[in-house]
Amino acid sequence: MKHTISELENIASQVRRDVLRMVHAVQSGHPGGSLGCADFFTALYFEILNHKPEFNMDGIGEDLFFLSNGHISPVWYSVLARSGYFEVSELATFRKINSRLQGHPTTHEGLPGIRIASGSLGQGTSVAIGAALAKKLNHDKSLVYVLTGDGELQEGQNWEAFMFAPHHEVDNLILTVDYNGQQIDGPTEKILSLKSLQNKFEAFGWQVISCDGNNMEEVLKAMHYAKSLTGKGKPIVNLMSTQMGYGVDFMQGSNKWHGAAPNDEQLANALTQLKETLGDY
Amino acid sequence: MKKYTYTEKKDTRSGFGAGLHEAGKRNENVVALCADLVGSLKMDAFIKDFPERFIQVGIAEANMMGIAAGLTIGGKIPFTGTFANFSTGRVYDQIRQSIAYSGKNVKICASHAGLTLGEDGATHQILEDIGMMKMLPGMVVINPCDYNQTKAATLAILEHEGPVYLRFGRPTVPVFTPEDQKFEIGKAWMVNEGTDVTIVATGHMVWRAIEAGEKLAEMGIDAEIINIHTIKPLDEEAILKSVKKTGCIVTCEEHNKLGGLGESVAHLLTTTYLAPQEFVAVNDSFGESGTPDQLMTKYKLDPSDIVAAVQKAISRKTK
Repeated sequence: MKHTISELENIASQVRRDVLRMVHAVQSGHPGGSLGCADFFTALYFEILNHKPEFNMDGIGEDLFFLSNGHISPVWYSVLARSGYFEVSELATFRKINSRLQGHPTTHEGLPGIRIASGSLGQGTSVAIGAALAKKLNHDKSLVYVLTGDGELQEGQNWEAFMFAPHHEVDNLILTVDYNGQQIDGPTEKILSLKSLQNKFEAFGWQVISCDGNNMEEVLKAMHYAKSLTGKGKPIVNLMSTQMGYGVDFMQGSNKWHGAAPNDEQLANALTQLKETLGDY
Repeated sequence: MKKYTYTEKKDTRSGFGAGLHEAGKRNENVVALCADLVGSLKMDAFIKDFPERFIQVGIAEANMMGIAAGLTIGGKIPFTGTFANFSTGRVYDQIRQSIAYSGKNVKICASHAGLTLGEDGATHQILEDIGMMKMLPGMVVINPCDYNQTKAATLAILEHEGPVYLRFGRPTVPVFTPEDQKFEIGKAWMVNEGTDVTIVATGHMVWRAIEAGEKLAEMGIDAEIINIHTIKPLDEEAILKSVKKTGCIVTCEEHNKLGGLGESVAHLLTTTYLAPQEFVAVNDSFGESGTPDQLMTKYKLDPSDIVAAVQKAISRKTK
């Protein structure tokens, strides 16, 4: 362990503050999923990934991460900045003109840490598979991680990718599904039910694990376990239950905050619930 | 009129297959992907010699484009292979976001483009692909004219860093360009120098333009014929130089008149040097089943159609 659980929880608290302040500043962006995944991103970048913040696009000899549900860019930008990819002060440019921190992540403006554009949903797992295959061709033993939303799994391309990965034994790939049960128009169960994701993935030939994504200890345990399952002929998926808006009482568990920014009063209220641990940007 | 002859007819897709095989020999980072059309794309030689660098994706083109984008991260140079329709319209958003906007070094290699796919009909005969691809910022769009040029183009795009759309076809057509040609992306090839009209042609239409040029010569019309194998970036200098000499232009392509080579030329002329232009292209319609020759005739892409367009363009020149 590079950090204790409580150190990681403190980082996640700061990340949540960053997310809210970024989204509030431009009155746009997606706080719900960002808050729900703050623990996962913190665990990933501060504990799980073997990565190099000096950043090289090809990422030879290091673990790679891809974000398929690009709209939760605020949490990714915060964690990238907090783990040394760029200055935290740059978070203040989020979604503003001439910024490298575009509404959805892109390679186009040269932001360190981003290896593919995402936002139009359903494409990230295919890209991650390609990167994982490149690692195999390069005899590079490091791993490829990808995060998707759950509502996003309604996009058909995912299932092409889910069929491909076990067939081709892409066993250096760890997919995590942000399983929060919410999407813009309402609960996933009502909009277009995913039924049993566990059964679906198992039937496709994946190694399936699960965890509570808002419990740092569980996230770490699950991701370490996922790593131990690599190299055994199967891709791994972690069905990670989270609550949209986690950490702020009036946002938690509701799809209302998928893509809505807090006003001044709501921000002030939210920030009282989240400890400033590393200094606001 | 310079004399062009040929000893054999070959399909341009076989030129791609030969080029891909050679690319695989030259560069160990070349990876080929296919969506269940290995035979149609002539990938067999590559697969035989480099099985570990071939990825059979199955009938899942969206996934193929994403995987190709991912392979570039790690330094691979992926060449995707499927029909032109499934290489573009079916996967436009995947190409747009994961390849073009992300600036990935993917070579999208597309066979069976245009009407000459023949009997399969309009579901497979894409006539809009050049337009879709040229609209993507940073995308290079190439449509070579015969076996040798397609092979040379396949090797040229290996050396180009960035996304490329390479379009070729199914039917056998005369092989008339040199085997050892140097293919320069974005550089027009002068087929015949002339003074009365400029004919620019791409893909399968180049040989037809040569046939038209011979008929025009018999009629006393001296046509300058230019092969535009690269639609984007367009060789504006070559086209302008020629039009300034001849005073009118005819564009020829196996594609919808909307969005194709003709439209790029029209944009060039309206913004720089006004001259009459006629279009030999499909008139904003879908294709249908038939033999390639029947279709080219019905959709007015024959040498006689080029001749008629030339006569019209010349008649529109300011006296």
